[in-house]
Amino acid sequence: MFGRLTEDALPFYSEIAMAGAAVTVGGGLFVIAVVLWTGSLLYLWRNWLTSVDHKRIGIMYVVVALVMLLRGFVDALMMRAQQAMAMNSGGYLPPEHFDQIFSSHGTIMILFMAMPFLTGLINFVMPLQIGARDVAFPRLNLISLYLTAAGAGLVLISLVIGRFSTAGWTGYPPFSETEFSPGVGVDYWIWALVVSGVGTTLTGINFITTIVKRRAPGMTWMRLPLFAWTALCASILIVFAFPALTVAGAMLALDRSAGFHFFTNDGGGNAMHFANVLWMWGHPEVYILILPAFGVFSEIVATLSSKRLFAYNSLVFATVVIALLAFTTWLHHFFTMGAGASVNTAFGITTMIIAVPTGVKVFDWLMTMYRGRIRYQTPMLWTMAFLVTFTIGGMSGVLLAVPAVDYTLHNTTFLVAHFHNMVIPGALFGFFAGYVYWFPKAFGFRLDERWGTRAFWFWVTGFYLAFMPLYALGLMGMVRRLQHYDNPDWQPYLIVAAIGAVSVLCGIICMAIQLWVSIRDRDRWADTTGDPWNARTLEWYSSSPPPAWNFASLPKIEGTDAFWRLKERGEAYREDENVGAISLPTNSNDGIVYGALAFVFGFCMVWHIYWLALLCLGAIVAHLIVSSFRHPTEEVIPANEVARHEQEWKTAARAGSRYDGDPLCDYRTVLRKVPAQ
Amino acid sequence: MSEVDAKTFDESEERAYGFWLFLMSDAILFSLLFATYAIMVTATDNGPDRTEIFGYWRTAANTALLLCSSLTMGLASIAIREDRKSTAFQWIFVTMILALAFLVLEIQEFAGLFAQGAGPDRSGFLSAYFTLVGTHGAHVTVGLIWMAVLCVHLALRPIGPVIQSITERLTMFWHLVGIVWIGIYSMVYLPGLYQ
Repeated sequence: MFGRLTEDALPFYSEIAMAGAAVTVGGGLFVIAVVLWTGSLLYLWRNWLTSVDHKRIGIMYVVVALVMLLRGFVDALMMRAQQAMAMNSGGYLPPEHFDQIFSSHGTIMILFMAMPFLTGLINFVMPLQIGARDVAFPRLNLISLYLTAAGAGLVLISLVIGRFSTAGWTGYPPFSETEFSPGVGVDYWIWALVVSGVGTTLTGINFITTIVKRRAPGMTWMRLPLFAWTALCASILIVFAFPALTVAGAMLALDRSAGFHFFTNDGGGNAMHFANVLWMWGHPEVYILILPAFGVFSEIVATLSSKRLFAYNSLVFATVVIALLAFTTWLHHFFTMGAGASVNTAFGITTMIIAVPTGVKVFDWLMTMYRGRIRYQTPMLWTMAFLVTFTIGGMSGVLLAVPAVDYTLHNTTFLVAHFHNMVIPGALFGFFAGYVYWFPKAFGFRLDERWGTRAFWFWVTGFYLAFMPLYALGLMGMVRRLQHYDNPDWQPYLIVAAIGAVSVLCGIICMAIQLWVSIRDRDRWADTTGDPWNARTLEWYSSSPPPAWNFASLPKIEGTDAFWRLKERGEAYREDENVGAISLPTNSNDGIVYGALAFVFGFCMVWHIYWLALLCLGAIVAHLIVSSFRHPTEEVIPANEVARHEQEWKTAARAGSRYDGDPLCDYRTVLRKVPAQ
Repeated sequence: MSEVDAKTFDESEERAYGFWLFLMSDAILFSLLFATYAIMVTATDNGPDRTEIFGYWRTAANTALLLCSSLTMGLASIAIREDRKSTAFQWIFVTMILALAFLVLEIQEFAGLFAQGAGPDRSGFLSAYFTLVGTHGAHVTVGLIWMAVLCVHLALRPIGPVIQSITERLTMFWHLVGIVWIGIYSMVYLPGLYQ
């Protein structure tokens, strides 16, 4: 009836796991209680949970990402504490628990923190940037969100019911086979990946269709803002790379549950085939994470240097080339597998080649800053920290691309330092920069700069303290994922790394305070103009927050930096007479229905409750069929309401007088050209 | 599509475009299963290899059935485009019969393999074989359900943009299923039969 689900699944095996479970359950209950107590359930349901507005969906993605960032960071803190203590002792985490933590840390940070974060930013910004009313398939967009949330839910619930995988975030067989991992941990890992992977694939399809089919009139390919370009390339990578994750996960699941022999030690299985298939997804995945962040940096560096982006064309070509080459380097993740000198050399060379377009980009950003009027606000701080830190990580990557070097450094903490040195500045700093940069567009007020700067310095200092020692430790021979060790030379470095993690913790606390302080002082930080940074692209050509319909009318796009051109000509806030009624898709419950069914399906597959899993699958198919008979409903916003909103915003934008004495104010030199009404 | 307004036309086109992208993603999935089969074909673990288990006539019949069904599906889509409902019903019905016959033969083949102890848990080779061909069979099943749904749509309402959009995507899907089968026939069955 309940498969292998018994009361043994509860985490009574360890007090720390019990505390984790209590925090997870308590956190969930707390949120529900707050929602019920403030009576905002109906509001949440109508305006957020069932909304098909790309902007709200984007914000909900970012909320998921921030929650999962906290969870993933607690894992990191626990690992750093364990390794700082566990010299000639067991530390405080038993090996099995330590292994669960490093597995969940990687899985969460990549798939349930970084992926939702970038999907949220693209969802919010990209349709505005290309002058679209919404993404191509708004209802599908909502379903994707809930599939991602269902995957995240599976990881979270593994802390309470059962255990998580101990096989690392890459889940290599044969260790992840039933023979060595008989529990439910690996199954949680597989089904969380597969369920959220389906959602991500659908998102990729949605974004590509939007960018290809819904650009504003006149926005040709070489006029597309760079963030939209990176969104397109990342989406193409998603559509072509995620099938590999699905295949790898499905084959491992068949091995584990149905006795197949894809990767087993016996029966002719081939464990190395898993590494190949997984990294055919895994390497493009790195660029899926990093490309959108490159897009964020490109927008910020141009806006806050008050200059056009340097060599826009080369940045576009570099982005496309990176997307293509992303599929040619996967084998460098396992040079030591022994594919032979010629194969390793070929992949070593492709790995070095992909550094070239990345280098081109770094120079383009530097040249954009050169002789610009740089405003050192927090988005710019993150960008500059990225430029320096990412370059260091890139150089250690070129080192690792030499197979001979890789043989000595493979699976050491040098590698751990390298990939954190790529994805923390290269992806996470970019997402933070985008979060600060587009926050006023989403909510109508900016984030507090002082706390933002504090958060920035704690994060950057913490990053260097936490990961530079790991480079040294790797060269000293320390392998990754050690629960304890007996080399006294290592301990000082590990203590420094733990201090770094504490500094990052301070950074996270500063970010929480920043959010709270900014909400409290939202009148002081309010943005009535819709253009708080004196920016260049179309997403700022709307009120903050933008109305549900984004744009009442659009100008003809005549070049890159469409909004900047409008401001230059003094046409940005000119009244528009021909505003018409607009129809928008209405809310949908489909997201929650599919998300819930997918979650229960995943949970039942983990615990071998096959009858219920089959029932869920049947319900999904039935719902799909039934909804093919429904006519999608739309609501019409009357023309006078649209016109009223337009007039209010444009009047406020022309006035724009709140920012006297604020360095942001230099946009008023542009506004002076606006003819008086 | 004379009476269809521009917005509905754009939406249908976007749906078709998005579905093309999905099919490309699906094709990658199959290409990985093909690659897996190619590297596991020798991993027989002293069990049956590919020269011993495939039936000549059954696979030839399967190929004929599926290719014919691609033709009849095409004829059905032409009938729908020309607003000839009863002809469309007939061709979809024929397509469903052909697809059903294909599935029956495939299930027979799988059952026969299980009976002689050559199930997917026997060896890596058989795991790869069952996964590749089984995933294709699952696609045929999805197509069959989809055709049934299309029939209900046809019975309930006049041919309009909704039915045309569904038919367009179903036809694309069905041709992909046919193309993948050609790959399976020439990479899995023929090398086994003629060795």
